[in-house]
Amino acid sequence: MDLGYLSTLLVWGATTAYAIALVAFALDLARRAEILGREREDARVAAATRDETVVADFVGVNRSVVIDRPGTVVGPGGYLPGRALSIAMSTTTVGLLLHVAGAVLRGVAAGRVPWANMYEFSMIGTLAAVVTFRVLCLRRDVRFLGTLVLGVVVVGLGLGLTAFYVPAGGLEPALQSYWLVIHVSIATIATGMFSVSAAASVLQLLKDSWENNSTSLAHPRWALLESLPSARALEALAFRITAVGFVLWTFTVMAGAVWAEHAWARYWGWDPKEVWSFIVWVVYAAYLHARTTRGWSGRRAAWFVLAGFATIIFNFTAVNLLLHGKHSYSGLDTGS
Amino acid sequence: MSEEQTPADTVPRTGPADRVDPGDRGVAPVLPDLGLRGTARWVWRQLTSMRVALMLLMTLAVVSVPGSVFPQRPQDPASVARFLRNNPVGGRWLDRLGFFDVYGSVWFSAVYLLLFLSLVGCILPRLWLHVTAFRARPPRAPRRFERFEVHTEIVTDASPQEVLASATRALRGGAARLRGFRVDLGTEPDGARTLAAERGSLRESGNILFHLALLGLLVAIASGQLLHYRGQAIVVEGRGFANSPSDYDTFETGTAFRQGSLVPFSLTLDRFDAEFDAASKPTTFQADVTLREADGSTRTDYILVNRPLDAGGAKVYLQGNGYAPQVTVRDAAGNVAFAGAVPFLPKDASYRSEGVIKVPDVTSGDQIGLVGSLLPTAVAEGGGFFSAYPQPGNPLLVLQVWRGDLGLDTGIPQNVYQLDSAAMTQVKGADAAPVTLLVEEGATVELPDGLGTVSFDALPRFAAFDLRYDPSLPWAASFAGCALLGLALSLFTPRRRLWLRVRAGEGEHAGRTVVAGAALARTDDAGLAAELDRVLDAVGPQDEGQDRWTSAI
Ligand code: HEM
Repeated sequence: MDLGYLSTLLVWGATTAYAIALVAFALDLARRAEILGREREDARVAAATRDETVVADFVGVNRSVVIDRPGTVVGPGGYLPGRALSIAMSTTTVGLLLHVAGAVLRGVAAGRVPWANMYEFSMIGTLAAVVTFRVLCLRRDVRFLGTLVLGVVVVGLGLGLTAFYVPAGGLEPALQSYWLVIHVSIATIATGMFSVSAAASVLQLLKDSWENNSTSLAHPRWALLESLPSARALEALAFRITAVGFVLWTFTVMAGAVWAEHAWARYWGWDPKEVWSFIVWVVYAAYLHARTTRGWSGRRAAWFVLAGFATIIFNFTAVNLLLHGKHSYSGLDTGS
Repeated sequence: MSEEQTPADTVPRTGPADRVDPGDRGVAPVLPDLGLRGTARWVWRQLTSMRVALMLLMTLAVVSVPGSVFPQRPQDPASVARFLRNNPVGGRWLDRLGFFDVYGSVWFSAVYLLLFLSLVGCILPRLWLHVTAFRARPPRAPRRFERFEVHTEIVTDASPQEVLASATRALRGGAARLRGFRVDLGTEPDGARTLAAERGSLRESGNILFHLALLGLLVAIASGQLLHYRGQAIVVEGRGFANSPSDYDTFETGTAFRQGSLVPFSLTLDRFDAEFDAASKPTTFQADVTLREADGSTRTDYILVNRPLDAGGAKVYLQGNGYAPQVTVRDAAGNVAFAGAVPFLPKDASYRSEGVIKVPDVTSGDQIGLVGSLLPTAVAEGGGFFSAYPQPGNPLLVLQVWRGDLGLDTGIPQNVYQLDSAAMTQVKGADAAPVTLLVEEGATVELPDGLGTVSFDALPRFAAFDLRYDPSLPWAASFAGCALLGLALSLFTPRRRLWLRVRAGEGEHAGRTVVAGAALARTDDAGLAAELDRVLDAVGPQDEGQDRWTSAI
């Protein structure tokens, strides 16, 4: 049997498993919303029947009373993880195994490292995102990130398999370099980490609004936010992942410059890919500064993480497909 | 700031005082009459504030964008010219505003120069503070340990003296001194012995190293720009070039270029090897070369796309390749008017290539220009031809003939790949359609109008070499390495403070020693509680006090 074909099948299998996990993660969130929403409602009704003044008090009270320790994601509503969550986690693991097998076979089929065109970048980048998520889960309970991370992963893999797909093949001379192994692998790992930190920052923003009793989060379904760690803990999580991602990205840009010096006779030439990698880097550097600037930490800093992730996505998609530069390695004919 | 809500804020930070920006207090800044010096100081303080650094970084990201959207003159002048032709009015304005050379424009330079100025103003005082802080003692033990998230109390049989000695040993660490704590011992008025320890100054060292290395990188890049030279040459198999400006097709230097850096070596292309897979995708490009060094010694070597050749302190890169059909043109009188290999530029993956054969040296009559394509593996289709594969399976020249004045004597440099047809007319056949010549390899074909003959003798390849000399490379690489190291240190070094208070036990613990400990991290730090436990474990045999409670953040 053709190994390249088998690899594609495995990656399709991984995508399916992730899609199932995604649904399970979403069900888990819905369940949290339901339980916590019901308990809040009960508390409100109980309080209202006891004393009118308590109602006023209750509404004014800060909603977040979350215990903030690793291993506990128990909100005041007493939410405990259930079946959906464990199904989600085990299908994620199954997906991950298929994903790894698919990536390895792709490398064997092509006779080289499996990250040399856009399909392969999506495959490895999403793999890095899932690994980051899985490894984080070993160290602290961040399963609440599952919906967002797997959402990004399923979209990324789906796009890769449908829009960017090219069959396994050899390398053109410009890519025949050990720098392909170093530069591109670190870049995709960094991208995977940035996706996870973006997910954490989205939750941080939501949780922060929740903690400040934002009226747009009044619907009972948002009660699920109560089961998440505090905005401050989420910001710390986003920071740690972004910090690692940033160091890796710095390395990526430097390694890219060294490679460019080998292949293109200059280490920096403001090629569109170089420009956007630089922009990504500057945005995340701005994030690190914002964190330590009065008035810019917290919410505003979180927006920087999202802006950084947007530039990453732009760098990967639009720059490869629309802006023509030397980095035209999509493997697709874009009709230039 | 995640640290803001921790008790850390009660401990004075060693950061720059300007972190609290004047604009942050919620009042519109009213400018008092400061005078010239006062204003200058105010501007400098603003410039070196963290908030302005943040603004400048964001601005830098934004002003970088247009360079990826508009064609850039230094990289791709032809596209700029095309853009200007298609958008004459808007294009002219964009051009004036520097949009076709964004990274050399005044506004882009202003942003990054201001940023680096801000960086110097920010980092130098920090460096000074940091150096003086090396000798500073860790902050004294706070009165109440209970308000720290990580605190504990144990009882041990070791004497207070022994406790302090073993704790100090555990904190300072052995060989890995750099990573250890600075420790300070003291005695409180009521007789309790205290230990204050701090680690993580590498964090700040890393931060400063990182920023200074960025500055170094900028200087290295700038000096490379000034000192470099770069030449490009298209070389046909069997030919070569010498490292001298006149031998290059294009040659440019930085403004501080020194003639002495142009080492006189020469390079010959012995053979060029290209391989392709079944789908016409290239798999190998290799240039076998002979290098004749300045001292006259020679050696053979090879150049790949990712393997430049070191020559005379510079590097020679393989940037492109193609075919250079070897042709002979005889004029009407039968004299050889032109003989040589003419590079044709490949236009697609099948190496359909285009070029011009200019024949000025006819003994009589009009000059001749032959314009057309080379098809390495020609296949006839619908009255025309296309190339099916990049290798020379069935090479065919498809040429159209022009006669007149080539315009080579005007002294204006001409593009060798284009015919200046201003003073030329295309030769047409009896049906008034342009004459097209088909010349197979090894064949000779008559030119129309009795102009002579053209022979396609052989099909050597050419390689496009790019030579670049840049003495700043090792410097740029070292600064980049320092920046990376500094960054990792500054982001991943935990900053911890740890205190012990040791007193003789009373009541049920009489005769023993009670050790209370607390620890504090500046950042989100999962290893903090373990650190305190590690120190207390080193203190000696112990039982838990009433109040053993440690937790991680
Ligand atoms: C070329 C522009 C700059 C870049 C790319 C840059 C990048 C960074 C990065 C990545 C960090 C985080 C790593 C760390 O904490 O050490 C950082 C931190 C820092 N930067 Fe910059 N920086 C630049 C300019 C500046 C300027 C102009 C200032 C001062 C006005 C400044 C002051 C600081 C300070 C004080 C920190 C440490 C923050 C903390 O206490 O954690 N930087 N910078």
